Amino acid sequence: MAKYTLLIYGDPAQWEAMTPEQRRAHDVAHEEFRAAAGDRVIGGQELESASTATTLRGFTTSDGPFLETKEALGGFYLLEAHDLDEVLVLAKLLPEVRAGHSGVEIRPVVDHG
Amino acid sequence: MTSVADALAQAHRRDWAQVLATTVQVTRDLDLAEECTQDAYAQALRTWERDGIPERPGAWLTRVARNRALDVLRREEALRRRLPLLVSPGTTPGDDRLRLIFTCCHPALSREHQVALTARLVCGLSTADVARAFLVSEPTLAARLTRAKKKIATARIPYAVPPPEALAERLEPVLEVVHLLFTTGHTAPTGPSLIRADLTASAVQLARTLHLLMPRSAPVTALLALMLVTDARSAARVGADGRLLLLPDQDRTLWNRERIAEGVALLTDSLRHHPPSRFSVEAAIAAVHAEAPTWEQTDWAEIVGLYTVLLRLTGNSPVVALNRAVAIGFRDGPAAGLAALEPLTAEPALATYPYLAAARADFLSRLGRTGEAITAYGEALVLTANETERDFLAARAETIRRRGRRADPQPE
Repeated sequence: MAKYTLLIYGDPAQWEAMTPEQRRAHDVAHEEFRAAAGDRVIGGQELESASTATTLRGFTTSDGPFLETKEALGGFYLLEAHDLDEVLVLAKLLPEVRAGHSGVEIRPVVDHG
Repeated sequence: MTSVADALAQAHRRDWAQVLATTVQVTRDLDLAEECTQDAYAQALRTWERDGIPERPGAWLTRVARNRALDVLRREEALRRRLPLLVSPGTTPGDDRLRLIFTCCHPALSREHQVALTARLVCGLSTADVARAFLVSEPTLAARLTRAKKKIATARIPYAVPPPEALAERLEPVLEVVHLLFTTGHTAPTGPSLIRADLTASAVQLARTLHLLMPRSAPVTALLALMLVTDARSAARVGADGRLLLLPDQDRTLWNRERIAEGVALLTDSLRHHPPSRFSVEAAIAAVHAEAPTWEQTDWAEIVGLYTVLLRLTGNSPVVALNRAVAIGFRDGPAAGLAALEPLTAEPALATYPYLAAARADFLSRLGRTGEAITAYGEALVLTANETERDFLAARAETIRRRGRRADPQPE
């Protein structure tokens, strides 16, 4: 087994502009993802909006996310799975994969033994 | 009596992927499997010289590579446990070669990584050869292979044939890569020779393997058909003096009729139950050319029609549009061809594509617009890096320059 993070990126303005119905559909999709993934999900959280981020660069503390891009990190899951294909099948259930303004980045987690 | 070198070269072409793929099953590690496969071929050179060529060279090589791998693993049992596992425990027994191809062309790898891995691991081409074919330095290619293999190991890209529901999507990059290997060999992007037969032969071999393993896959059948019909004409593409010969000037008796017939039969088969795909339409175009008794008797109306279908299937690819314009020129005359090419001169994707300038040059010279034709040949010359093509273009420009001078009124 190996650990993967699923990093969910998207346009914060579009996330905030979601109607209550869209928000509910979004949450339902995430519930479906968690149900399908089962105990392969070993962690994960939704993050507050990128405008609440604080960045440390060297000794300078500044307001905002690390990179000034349109798409910001909105949340993450930590998954344990056998291989990348297993993760890909699950990750395709995430609603952010289908929305035009967002996407999911899958990164293996370094195994420090 | 075949020499050991010939037998080994043949075994390299035909069996490399199988030997490597079987060895990966033992080592569960691509690097180690590759090393053991190389060792087996080196061992073959020595042993076959002494004991003669075995009856089944592929089986011999597989056995030696496997044994070598088992030796290494026994010695390094502790290390092995720490090596990343390539094999998923759930994989069903199937063809090892197929798994190897699907691993190398996994969509999580970039196209350049897919190509490098497939050429190196599945075709068994040397790092130097792959680097030369794809215009990168050897260290760059070696680094690319290392990164790709590292990603396979750390991201755990499975060593498996995808399940049926994912097959169509996963097959696409595989076919793209095989096709890219073939086209790179068909007109080498650089260097002294027009054709890199090692690349085209590897690509055809790979497509044959895929077709053997998935005989009912329409895109696989179509790709094999396309490559066979195209490859069948390769002996006629270069003259005795090494010069490039275009279709009208080729000696059609040099075309490999057997290969053309095989390709056309496959194409018919792929079109029987399936809608046309990019590869099947390209194969159909190649087949119309291959079946025309002479250049003059080519069915240009049919070819223009097929290019129109292809244009739709490729989402208006500018290169397809260029080929269609050229076909229009042969159907309706050079003025029509030139008019069809005109809108493409503003296409950014074709700005550095030598064949646009070359096609314009040809139509201009047919129309007697010699000065403009020479300028267009000059543009094409600047853009091509293949020496055979350069010689061809330079000779063309020189011919019309001389013809132009002769046409000038000469004082008696």
